[in-house]
Amino acid sequence: MNPIYARRRRKDIVVRGLCIGAAAFGVTWLALILLTLLYNGIAGLNLELFVADTPPPGSTEGGLRNAIVGSLIMTIIGVGIGAPLGLFAGTYLAEYGRNDKLTSVIRFINDILLSAPSIIIGLFIYGAVVVPMRGFSAIAGSLALAVIVIPVVLRTTEDMLLLVPNALREAASALGLPRSLVIKRIAYRAARSGLITGVLLATARVAGETAPLLFTALSNQFFSLGLNKTMANLPVTINNFVQSPYAYWKQLAWSGALLITLTVLALNIGARILGAERTAK
Amino acid sequence: MTCWVRGLNPTKSVYDFVQGIGVAEMAVQSDVIDEAGPYDRAKALSAFKLGDVTFYWITRLSAISVLLILGGIIISLIVGAFPAMKEYGFAFLWTQRWAPSADPPVLGALGPMYGTLVTSFIAMLIAIPVGLGIAIFLTELCPQWLRRPIGMAVELLAGIPSIIYGMWGFFVLGPFLANTFQPFMIRIFDGVPVLGAIFAGPPSYLSLFNAALILAIMVLPFITSISVDVFKTVPPVLKEAAYGVGCTTWEVVRSVVIPYTRVGIIGGVMLALGRALGETMAVTFIIGNSFRISSSIFAPGTTISAAIASEFAESDGLHQSGLILLGLLLFVLTFFVLAGARLMLLRLEKKAGK
Repeated sequence: MNPIYARRRRKDIVVRGLCIGAAAFGVTWLALILLTLLYNGIAGLNLELFVADTPPPGSTEGGLRNAIVGSLIMTIIGVGIGAPLGLFAGTYLAEYGRNDKLTSVIRFINDILLSAPSIIIGLFIYGAVVVPMRGFSAIAGSLALAVIVIPVVLRTTEDMLLLVPNALREAASALGLPRSLVIKRIAYRAARSGLITGVLLATARVAGETAPLLFTALSNQFFSLGLNKTMANLPVTINNFVQSPYAYWKQLAWSGALLITLTVLALNIGARILGAERTAK
Repeated sequence: MTCWVRGLNPTKSVYDFVQGIGVAEMAVQSDVIDEAGPYDRAKALSAFKLGDVTFYWITRLSAISVLLILGGIIISLIVGAFPAMKEYGFAFLWTQRWAPSADPPVLGALGPMYGTLVTSFIAMLIAIPVGLGIAIFLTELCPQWLRRPIGMAVELLAGIPSIIYGMWGFFVLGPFLANTFQPFMIRIFDGVPVLGAIFAGPPSYLSLFNAALILAIMVLPFITSISVDVFKTVPPVLKEAAYGVGCTTWEVVRSVVIPYTRVGIIGGVMLALGRALGETMAVTFIIGNSFRISSSIFAPGTTISAAIASEFAESDGLHQSGLILLGLLLFVLTFFVLAGARLMLLRLEKKAGK
């Protein structure tokens, strides 16, 4: 064989090997993290986790009920505020303002907010809500989560609506359907699974967020439903428990971590399956 | 009506065109005419118009709220940081001492800024080659059936909450690095002029390097998924031509794919950098929260976000204002990095659109 050719082939094989190695590297981390979580968290995954509140220091019984309920409440309110706003804003970008200057500015800003550090959003809500309200509160935490939800939903909504072919809109308009009904009845329905995907992804994103809750919702040890007080929540509870010296708290933290990760992964996978169904059709 | 629409697919159109008409008719009937009672054209039209205008303004105001959020972030950070700005001025940027409990408190951003930049730099050093490697594997080498599972696994890495990375880094990665990797590196580079200082010091669970490695794993999916996306914009005919004249896979990637997508790759890398700079929880767990700058990357340090996360809840007065000023610095930094990333990606989109 020609020596130059042999050298080129050797180089190619080396690079291919490195690429396969890189892929293995990436998949290995996922596997390692999941295995660690399962190994440490599975022991505490029982009924008590869901029906008992967080224990005082040193105690060896208790669960995470207050934290789980608090997280659910704040996530639901956060998505409840953020998702409609993101959905409507995305609708404006894709349906009304396609050739607008405003649209390109908003799209640009939105893309930056999409990756803005979540701790900055915590600082923003601290200054805008916690300080005027004179205290940490669950509603501040929910608003922080809503601010994170908006850019995610806006982005997917715009992308999905742009995929709906114009022929559909034109047909509806030609029949005399007003613009708002063209959007609500035709475009939304055609893009429905895509829109749901966006909301699921946004929920997955905020379900595990810790940084913006650290100084907005804070956290506490009690079961509470009041939105104007601090509220226990899973991420901050994990954060506090895992760094504590008590073995039982650590165990609870690992179980909580496993719970959050499984939820978030399920949401992510669900969103992807929905999205894939759509493109496969 | 719903069953009509469920089968509706925006990518094949003539058939759906007819279905769309069916849906439209029913929409008109059910929504407006029923409510209007006996058919009244003027009434129906004015109802349409009102609904139209309302919906337009709802969407437009929602869109504008994005701008308001950005404005709100900037204003609230500046207002919160103002006392510290007045007190320390530009000296804040190059003061290393961080003594919030001194009287008066002495605050300087040099330590956290150094930590933020160094951890992000090391993270990118690791994540760029690995992320590109995975992207090349996924687009050029991988058998079709393996493509989706591996792509999905890498993207799921992006979905894991950052606090989980922090715990994992603290309990698993930290001990491993401190007991095996760091002693090894310290032994190898002992006595080498510059590298010796970089890898010096006692091994530690909490260090800049551990934080950087966790960051690398966290930003890997961003680099990979954007690279895969931009690699797909390469016209197949270019690649086929290169393969046709006998190029190996590596030569095609190096001389065709990467030059064609260079702008997009840089955009993806900057996007990942923006993430790395602002990442909070994972770093807070394993960086050690030390404001002293050490020449060794195996020594504890801190980053802007970690400093805010660990001190903000217990701070007040000038200390709190100083932390908000740190936040403002971080926001400005990430804003420019992310804006640069978007501009790069927009340039590639334009090129692909032409």
